[in-house]
Amino acid sequence: MAAATATAALAPGQATRAGEVAYVEAPIRAFAAITAFWGVVGFLVGVVIALQLAFPLLNLDLEWTTFGRLRPLHTSAVIFAFGGNALLCTSLFVVQRTCHARLFGGDDAGWFLFWGYQFVIVMAALGYVLGITQGKEYAEPEWYVDLWLTVVWVAYLVVFGGTIMKRREPHIYVANWFFLAFIITVALLHIGNNISIPVSLGSSSSYAAPPGVQGAMIQWWYGHNAVGFFLTAGFLGIMYYFIPKQANRPVYSYRLSIVHFWTLIFLYIWAGPHHLHYTALPDWAQVLGMVFSVVLWMPSWGGMINGLMTLSGAWDKLRTNPALRFSVTAVGFYGMSTFEGPVMSIRAVNGLSHYTDWTIGHVHSGAMGWVGFITFGALYYLFPVLWRKKAIWSEKLIAWHFWLATLGIVFYITAMWVSGIMQGLMWRAYDELGFLQYSFVETVEAMHPYYVIRALGGVLYLSGALIMAFNLWKTVTDSEAAEPEPSAASAIAVAAE
Amino acid sequence: MFAWLRDHGIIERNVILMGVLTLITVSIGGLAQIVPLFAAETTIERVSGVRPYTPLELRGRDIYIREGCYNCHSQMIRPFRDELERYGHFSLAAESMYDHPFQWGSKRTGPDLARVGGRYSDDWQAAHLRSPRALVPASIMPPYAFLDRPLDVSDVQARMRALRAVGVPYTDEMIANAVADLRAQATPDADAAPFQGRYARARQAAFDGNPAVVTEMDALVAYLQMLGTLVDFRDVTPAQLRQP
Repeated sequence: MAAATATAALAPGQATRAGEVAYVEAPIRAFAAITAFWGVVGFLVGVVIALQLAFPLLNLDLEWTTFGRLRPLHTSAVIFAFGGNALLCTSLFVVQRTCHARLFGGDDAGWFLFWGYQFVIVMAALGYVLGITQGKEYAEPEWYVDLWLTVVWVAYLVVFGGTIMKRREPHIYVANWFFLAFIITVALLHIGNNISIPVSLGSSSSYAAPPGVQGAMIQWWYGHNAVGFFLTAGFLGIMYYFIPKQANRPVYSYRLSIVHFWTLIFLYIWAGPHHLHYTALPDWAQVLGMVFSVVLWMPSWGGMINGLMTLSGAWDKLRTNPALRFSVTAVGFYGMSTFEGPVMSIRAVNGLSHYTDWTIGHVHSGAMGWVGFITFGALYYLFPVLWRKKAIWSEKLIAWHFWLATLGIVFYITAMWVSGIMQGLMWRAYDELGFLQYSFVETVEAMHPYYVIRALGGVLYLSGALIMAFNLWKTVTDSEAAEPEPSAASAIAVAAE
Repeated sequence: MFAWLRDHGIIERNVILMGVLTLITVSIGGLAQIVPLFAAETTIERVSGVRPYTPLELRGRDIYIREGCYNCHSQMIRPFRDELERYGHFSLAAESMYDHPFQWGSKRTGPDLARVGGRYSDDWQAAHLRSPRALVPASIMPPYAFLDRPLDVSDVQARMRALRAVGVPYTDEMIANAVADLRAQATPDADAAPFQGRYARARQAAFDGNPAVVTEMDALVAYLQMLGTLVDFRDVTPAQLRQP
């Protein structure tokens, strides 16, 4: 037991030991930079559509700028462009360091993944604005983009798995379990949910293979596990490398890692039907979805405990290391969202919360708090390492980013709690004569102040991200160069050959 | 009690084994929930009246999807008293059995549309789409005046063939007459008999107010006006609504 703990749990601390491996870094630098770029773009589009809901004139009377076309642009930009590039960046960085192996396929493979994935994003985004969509949430890209993404994703699996196979460590480090599960499951979900028949080979349109109720079940099997594997398992991989590195402590519990890994990936897949409570989906499926969603609370908090307790004996670092503050607050938001989620999956609660802004608030505490913050923490760690700098250009600006973003999230989620619960209650309110008390549009009117507050929260979050982008830029251009590490020296030597 | 965890080292040393075990672990839940739903006799209620979309309604539905209407409007009424009174009978699985993909939605920034058909006049729908705030001052819906442009009908047959490939029962006759049927539905004076023989209870109208040109507005309004109207609930018994 003790030996296994030492080899598995301490692996990130050992990464500096291997001086002889020339890691692939140029494409990873590109991934890191573009993560920050797409983050700013995604948050900006989010602010725009939030303002459209408060001030509909901002739809601008143009077909390309209506809320209906821009909302998929926002969700895809944040999930797949910002989140996806963050995952590619960190997984390809982590897998090399924890395996003491150069990336399988070398720089060429890294660049193929980089350009291949950016092409997916640009094709998908252009499609949304022009009205090319499959009409399924978070799976909007049409068949030709889906096919190309499949090619890129299989290449990603080969590059990632191939690097693990070349490893010089006997054990596969825990972060890589999560990255591997994320890559495999997302491939399964992506293919499973995008089976469709194109209208013709020259047409950008297609029709989904499964009809109505079966299609709904498959869509939310996909949709909820885009959350479970893309936005959770993958980002837990980030947590398992970057928090131990930033805190300079081993992962809290090896046993907990094993138990929560297998239970998390087993249970998550069952949770999809909680998006379909009280719909035409048969009741047995809804009940299964609810039960597994509630049980899912346990492995989720297992991950949270493992992340937070890694700071045992190093809590003081939160005062001195603002980047670590992002990573740790992220885990706090993860714990909060993964408690709120099971509560909302209970049918009685869902009857109120479904179709309202409560759901929007819930996903944003996860997306802004967990996914965003863990990514910001990783980027603040990665930029000095990848560009061989002593430190981030300004720690003070990291602190500004942290407080602006945190305040932004608080504005956002409290506004959505109030508006969501209020609208849910207004829809079902009866007057003393037994008639529905409010017309639908009266409930829309009541949302206005909360939509303004939510947009303000988004503006704060976006300003934080702009400060980050500026700070990262200055780190690359103006920060003092670091003393070359042994591994860095060999990487430079290889590059010079 | 955690002694068995020592054996986890075997998995941690073999990436293929770990990948295969992961794939098995994540496949179980999906298979258990998805596969039984394809046993249609226990999933789809035995009600009559649901038919494939007419070519004009189908093109309207394509526009509904293109504009991302599902981002703000659901098409799934839940079995609650307030939803019954606000929107009508709860939605059935049978009512979306020819939908590829389903458009149930997940958010009601605007009201549910599952039974919006026939609730407002064609004129109201077209005017509201052109300028929502002219009719509903507090609405936050974007304006869709740009839909007053000719509808592309060039690929409607290819669309129907693709839908037939995924299981929608379009006949050869329906596909052969697609463009004629589409124009007939948008032209109130056209001969109704052959078209309505193929599509029961389909309504002919100048949906956008102008019978001279078939526009995207015609198609979208035709689609909205048929939503939720196919099943006649006066004929439905509770036994037919069971999903055992």
